[in-house]
Amino acid sequence: MRLAIEHLVVDRGARRIVDGLSFAVVAGDALVLVGPNGAGKTTVIRTVAGLIGAAGGTIALEGGDADKELPAQAHYIGHLNALKPSLTVEENLRFWADYLGAGAAASIDEALAAFDLEPLASIPAGYLSAGQKRRACLARLIATPRPLWLLDEPTVSLDAASVRLLAECVAQHLAGGGLVLAATHIPLGLARERRLELSAARSAAA
Amino acid sequence: MSAFWTLLKRDLLLQVREGGAVGTALGFYLVVVTMMPLGLGPDLNLLSRIAPGVLWIALLLSALLSLPRIFEADDEDGSLEVIATGDLPLELATAAKALAHWISTGIPLALLAPVLGLLLNLELSAYPVLVATMLAGTPAISFLGAVGAALTLRVRRGGLLLALLVLPLYIPTLIFGIAAISAATGGPSGFQASFLILSAISLFSLVIGPVAAAAAIRFQTQ
Repeated sequence: MRLAIEHLVVDRGARRIVDGLSFAVVAGDALVLVGPNGAGKTTVIRTVAGLIGAAGGTIALEGGDADKELPAQAHYIGHLNALKPSLTVEENLRFWADYLGAGAAASIDEALAAFDLEPLASIPAGYLSAGQKRRACLARLIATPRPLWLLDEPTVSLDAASVRLLAECVAQHLAGGGLVLAATHIPLGLARERRLELSAARSAAA
Repeated sequence: MSAFWTLLKRDLLLQVREGGAVGTALGFYLVVVTMMPLGLGPDLNLLSRIAPGVLWIALLLSALLSLPRIFEADDEDGSLEVIATGDLPLELATAAKALAHWISTGIPLALLAPVLGLLLNLELSAYPVLVATMLAGTPAISFLGAVGAALTLRVRRGGLLLALLVLPLYIPTLIFGIAAISAATGGPSGFQASFLILSAISLFSLVIGPVAAAAAIRFQTQ
């Protein structure tokens, strides 16, 4: 499986944020986008997730499920946690697993264990601390198997131990032939990690 | 299709856990209708003549109060973006959310209407017709309302704009809803024709609403 992005162009209003970006991520590979604030890391990830329309170029997941759109084969972890405060951690996870189509493959218990959430499983998400909420959000990655992980600053508000848990999950996902496209300032400490430098925001599009 | 039911079930569960929106809409409905006889005086003939109109207009305003909540909470906590990456087309996801709004708000309002009819001296023969027309007409309120809610999703204090966008779309529902009731209480128009048109408007909005709301959400979350 291979995520191929060719000559990607993305405009935000009159500003051209991404201009002719090309890269590829192969199975078992992690690509980390780096660059200063405003370089377009979030824009690239949201475009791949199908949340922003590209002005040009192609995004394709070669060797993926031909019946599904690319966003339906990807996990998008954005800045917000997508947790309902009045549902418990387990109910939140189960909803996303069911909604995202895990079916019988859903592994809620495994996901709770992976991010050390078992003691919190029956607590409403509204009572959790910021770091615990982030872990409950990340557990979605494990609960529903999907080949491509799009992680936008996944380590925000995580402590050092939780960052290690995330790194373990990412390493395991890669070992199983998964793909990761991430934007992060904290190194995840992965063995096979490539970095792609995005330059600072360009001037307004002509 | 199971994702559709999953989303519908979650929205209904959240309504039960968080309450609020339904209670506010029902309370508003009760207060507005109660104020009518106080403002118009105790003329029973006048009250029973205007009762269908008052009940329908107050119902539209009460439903309007709860419309922003259809998408707002999911947008604020990022759920809407994850919903967009699901296997389920966004059109069906918005349909599930509008359906949840109808079940949690439209049906309770329609069932409260006959109780409030007592305050307005509504003719006894009109009660079954009142409930029937409201149950047939309220889906249009939820599904057309979802379009307005999606359009004003990221607009700060968009409530007033939402009312301006959506209330004109409710006019056909209002006209045929009232026509059906007055026909049943000896009015000039035929009951069946009005009721069928009312149902047709609801079916029409059932198809158009989710598509338009999904398009509006895609545009807003860009």
